[in-house]
Amino acid sequence: MIALQRRANPSQLMGYLAPLIAFALTLLAGLLLFALLGVPVFEAFHAFFIEPISSLYGLAELGVKAAPLIIIGVALSIGFRAQVWNIGAEGQLILGGIFGAAVALYFYEVDAWFVLPLMILASLVGGMLWASVPALLKTRFNVNEILTSLMLTYVAVLLLSWLVSGPMRDPDGFNFPESRLFHDAALLPRILSGTRLHMGALVAIGVVVAGWLLLSRTLLGFALRVNGAAPRAGVHAGFSQNRLVWVALLLGGGCAGVAGLFEVAGPIGQLLPTISPGYGFTAIIVAFLGRLHPVGVLFAGLVMALSYLGGESAQITLNLPLAVTGVFQGMLLFFLLATDVLINYRIIRKQAS
Amino acid sequence: MNEILILTILTIITAATPLVYAAIGELVVERSGVLNLGVEGMMLAGAVCSFATAHYTGSGMAGIVAGMLAGVLMALLFAFLTLSLQSSQVATGLALTIFGVGLSALIGQPLVGIAFDGLPSLNIPLLSNLPVVGQLLFSHDILVYGSFILVAAVAWFLNKSRAGLVLRSIGDSHNAAHALGLKVIRVRYCATLFGGACAGIGGSYLSLVYTPMWVENMSAGRGWIALALVVFAVWQPGRLLLGAYLFGGISILQLHAQALGINVPSQLMSMLPYATTILVLVLISRDRGRIRRNAPASIGQAFHPTT
Repeated sequence: MIALQRRANPSQLMGYLAPLIAFALTLLAGLLLFALLGVPVFEAFHAFFIEPISSLYGLAELGVKAAPLIIIGVALSIGFRAQVWNIGAEGQLILGGIFGAAVALYFYEVDAWFVLPLMILASLVGGMLWASVPALLKTRFNVNEILTSLMLTYVAVLLLSWLVSGPMRDPDGFNFPESRLFHDAALLPRILSGTRLHMGALVAIGVVVAGWLLLSRTLLGFALRVNGAAPRAGVHAGFSQNRLVWVALLLGGGCAGVAGLFEVAGPIGQLLPTISPGYGFTAIIVAFLGRLHPVGVLFAGLVMALSYLGGESAQITLNLPLAVTGVFQGMLLFFLLATDVLINYRIIRKQAS
Repeated sequence: MNEILILTILTIITAATPLVYAAIGELVVERSGVLNLGVEGMMLAGAVCSFATAHYTGSGMAGIVAGMLAGVLMALLFAFLTLSLQSSQVATGLALTIFGVGLSALIGQPLVGIAFDGLPSLNIPLLSNLPVVGQLLFSHDILVYGSFILVAAVAWFLNKSRAGLVLRSIGDSHNAAHALGLKVIRVRYCATLFGGACAGIGGSYLSLVYTPMWVENMSAGRGWIALALVVFAVWQPGRLLLGAYLFGGISILQLHAQALGINVPSQLMSMLPYATTILVLVLISRDRGRIRRNAPASIGQAFHPTT
């Protein structure tokens, strides 16, 4: 009989090893999945993991996809540390995109330096506004933030769909549900010519550093961590739980909003009915895979970005459905949660009594 | 007018039934002290598997069974991770939903665009021939009747049976229950699998009756609404039925708004169920005492016999 025995102290080694073991298991399960789907395993493997990053353009694309995941992932991991479960980042991302695009379209044909900073500011406000609803309802009315933030994501998707097919539709666009194309002043500067890598990648690195500083070097970061690890101790220490809920949600909303703007003003360049392939949800996995640590999130974001690129590449070369990406992401999170048991428990063989 | 009214009520029943299944399952799961946020993922798995089975075998019943099994398998994954490996219920539930969305899309790829005949109505002899009442109450498919029986059975089980008492006591204090020699983990496994089966049937209803076809992500948040319904019902089966029918009514408003000449963009009408969910959660949750009295006390907490 195999049983679990609690360790006296959590194993630090396993904390680092668990994500690697989970990743290895995901690869194995992935090979099995490919075999089940009846595709040549090694070609699929190559298409999924190697091909996307075997060119400079591919590596730049990795940065394009990783940037929003890292920006949101860092903010979410700070919230998750405090046991604030904002899972509506996707909706906050969409609102950021809408607000930023509204500025871009309002200043359409104005070629001035201030347009882009104003857009970023607007997206920050948009994301925070959307996140402030669950924060308000949680702190005032004790409403579970998981359900409200998620419900608001569905509302945001519908709102965007309505805006691009109505008020924000391109007047010369033959009724297609799209906004006008942004002017150059409203587009993010590219940082690597010949690729789509934009300023967002630098911002992502900045967010990682800022997140690390916040968590490890400030009183607020300490309060957030205490609230998550031992809520009652936090209360006795005089940390206001409501304030932490607000901080965690506004941080998540703001970062998701900016990430949304980086999508519409970066790779997309206009407002479309869909502006994100689920970055807000994937960022949840990124946060867990990165051990709720900003530096970990950086690496986890790159891994998850690869799963998007791999899915696209496998779709093109092997005609596999794009949904493979979601399956991979889900499996990775499952394996991670399963291997996490090794941090707090050791596996022992129990004699049947 | 009478015809329209009857038709409206019939659509409400169709919209409410999947919610009843998913929510009653989750209610039992939560009463045992487990919070499974993966209802959406289990519904999607159920929807796609039942549609595939029904399509290839031509049998609706086989489809329902397949959907139920798919939900059970997904729930088993969740139960193994949270109950045997002590993983976080919140994180695992989210993972189950993300996984379910991806997996169902993958399985459903070849099924997109195929239609299914739907389930046959089980007309109850004589009674279904009654005017109005016959159409409203006695000529539904088997799953509609089943949903009412299921809710009644769960209500009886939780409040009147010994096993239900065991389940509730485990949900309220797993340590005390364990000290009394009750099998905490085993009961929670059973409850979680039951929840999976119900969510799977709820998914089946979507793809076999409600639409009836397979569309990627077709549950469109109903799994989450089911979770909200459990809170709305303050963990009482009877109230849950009421809530599900309320939501069924709201979600079909958009279909009838146009017929009634209300000219609001369809996207804004589609927001209603989600907005209502938030509103309802506020109304229920603001009464902290009521939540505390009714919510299972050890919900969401991991249990390990040595601690």
